[in-house]
Amino acid sequence: MPHYQLNQLDQLEAEAIFVLRETAAQFQNPALLFSGGKDSIVMAHLAAKAFWPAKIPFPLLHIDTGHNFAETMAYRDAFTEKLGARLVVGYVQDSIEKGRVKEEKGPYASRNALQSVTLLDTIEEHKFTACLGGGRRDEEKARAKERFFSHRDDFGQWDPKNQRPELWNLFNGRHHPGEHFRIFPLSNFTEMDIWMYLQREAVDLPSLYFAHQREVFARHGSFLALTEHIIRLESEKLERKTVRFRTIGDVTCTGAVESNAATLDEVIAEVAAARQTERGTRADDKRSETAMEDRKKEGYF
Amino acid sequence: MDLLRFATAGSVDDGKSTLIGRLLYDSKSIFEDQLSAVEESSRRRGDAVVNLALLTDGLRAEREQGITIDVAYRYFATPRRKFIIADTPGHIQYTRNMVTGASTADLAIILIDARKGVIEQTKRHSFVANLLKIRHLAVAVNKMDLVDYDEGVFHRIVQDFHKFASRLDDIAEITAIPVSALNGDNVVEKSDKMPWFKGPSLLYHLETVYTGGTENHLDARFPVQWIIRPQSREHHDFRGYAGRVAGGVFKPGDTVSVLPSGFSTTVEKIYLPGGKEIPEAFAPQSVVMTLKDEIDISRGDMLVKANNPPNIGQDVEAMVCWFSQKPMEVRGKYLLRHTSKETKAIVQELRYQVDIETLHKKEGVPTLAMNDVGRVGLRTATPLFSDSYRRNRLTGSFVLVDPGTHETVAAGMIV
Repeated sequence: MPHYQLNQLDQLEAEAIFVLRETAAQFQNPALLFSGGKDSIVMAHLAAKAFWPAKIPFPLLHIDTGHNFAETMAYRDAFTEKLGARLVVGYVQDSIEKGRVKEEKGPYASRNALQSVTLLDTIEEHKFTACLGGGRRDEEKARAKERFFSHRDDFGQWDPKNQRPELWNLFNGRHHPGEHFRIFPLSNFTEMDIWMYLQREAVDLPSLYFAHQREVFARHGSFLALTEHIIRLESEKLERKTVRFRTIGDVTCTGAVESNAATLDEVIAEVAAARQTERGTRADDKRSETAMEDRKKEGYF
Repeated sequence: MDLLRFATAGSVDDGKSTLIGRLLYDSKSIFEDQLSAVEESSRRRGDAVVNLALLTDGLRAEREQGITIDVAYRYFATPRRKFIIADTPGHIQYTRNMVTGASTADLAIILIDARKGVIEQTKRHSFVANLLKIRHLAVAVNKMDLVDYDEGVFHRIVQDFHKFASRLDDIAEITAIPVSALNGDNVVEKSDKMPWFKGPSLLYHLETVYTGGTENHLDARFPVQWIIRPQSREHHDFRGYAGRVAGGVFKPGDTVSVLPSGFSTTVEKIYLPGGKEIPEAFAPQSVVMTLKDEIDISRGDMLVKANNPPNIGQDVEAMVCWFSQKPMEVRGKYLLRHTSKETKAIVQELRYQVDIETLHKKEGVPTLAMNDVGRVGLRTATPLFSDSYRRNRLTGSFVLVDPGTHETVAAGMIV
């Protein structure tokens, strides 16, 4: 009898594909959250595979803080065109102009938290009933508790103490009008799995993930890029360093690490030896002990 | 590299979080910033030692109350294997969360306090593992440091456990290991404090135990999940059936029956996601199949081999674990989700409840409340294509959904 066994990447892929198809089957109007970060790139890549030879049967949705790395935007447009996917963009700037949110002030200002409002407004405007996200349970302790199919009430809120039990392959996406779901097909991937999967699938990545020269300054243990969107304190000296980014989000809260890893192989070797989590470079998580849970309750990704 | 999914159950006092913290820490799976965050929190809370439970209890309510409430999933890898831990609470009032975590596990770690031996909690955890058909149990007899690493204590506990476990069926293997999670004895490295113990450390056991997975590779079952019809010029006539193989093996050329219609046809091609053609598909692969004939097939239908059909019927006997605060209603109507199918179901009869502390059957009980386990007879509005849960976890399991609130109110395992 042959030995029927899948390696870990095949198992994770099969699971993610199953969840993506289940989303298409159970929801009238889903969307896939796409930021141009590596997890959402894996998501879009998997979505293209899941429905082959048909096109992805839902749009990609980008919540644009306006504080982007130029590389990410160029990548986003090229990648969506290559996939033949439809792109919907929600602008934080619009939310600010409409008075829905108030811009933070000062050197630590970030539009990261404001995104939740824009996201919820965009979901409401387009009547999306499910948003597929690239969140992983290994990222953060609140995410470790989250379901694949994660329910959001009328106000877009997550109730972590009252989540639907989720067993076997059985996902319950039933909801009342006005409620929606966040769906996380990559739940069981680790950071290492993501890198190994990107390598195996030979997916092109934004250049930010690889070592490059950049004007940066140190803040809270990582390096922030020089940009018009961050006010630098006088004590924060600008330096030119060889760096790369482990995660990519809004420029105001994504820190770089010093690195010479210029290829995917080198990045993987570096990740394997890392003694800091990737979110260690994220200022948004450092605001409090349960920052992620608190933001997620409000409707964050 | 292969993957082992295991479940742990326990509360703070059992040293469960310490054990997991130890596995993560000693296998170098905890990062510096995570550790310093935990040290910082411990200091702020005034804990005497670094509280490794804070690594796993992530929710605000859990941190405030110092207990595990919901399942958390943890990941670590060694050069031999990748591990997914379903870290579940041990209290009886969270049995439903234990059931949830156990549903996808290949192995369960049963934690026993060496000072207390086999107690009701041990039996409850073992019962839940057994209910979900976890065939491999690793019995970690913890806090050996508090009984002077005494061989006699360990052997008495192991004997007691085997005596109790003889009442559970379908267990393939039990491995007992004396450990001290606090000091790290026999967790990752073999301990020199217990030279009398000739077995492996817990981690070595987890790295090397052969479970063969939970998949069924005998009975061909393909629940249709989604129909792929590109309707593009290039793939004008393409009609593919997407789904995840729930059992057995499918090959191009196989004669298959379509349920419920009963039509017979032949598998033409099988594709992996993205379009690579493959010679065979088996559980748990997600694939797309094309068939020789154009037959009306939709989501919820199932492809099977004609000579090996599942049970087809509207009457289902099952063990259920009740999840909802609102007790089960006998004669009540629910939505039943089974493979890719959803149908209405009515609870015909509650045959008995199992007392999950004593394993006694209680007949004549009126209902099941939250966290209760019992055997029920159900009738569905349309036929299910099912196997017993013992034979196949994926075609033998279902959940019940409240049609009004849409909450998942129960999990069922078909007898």
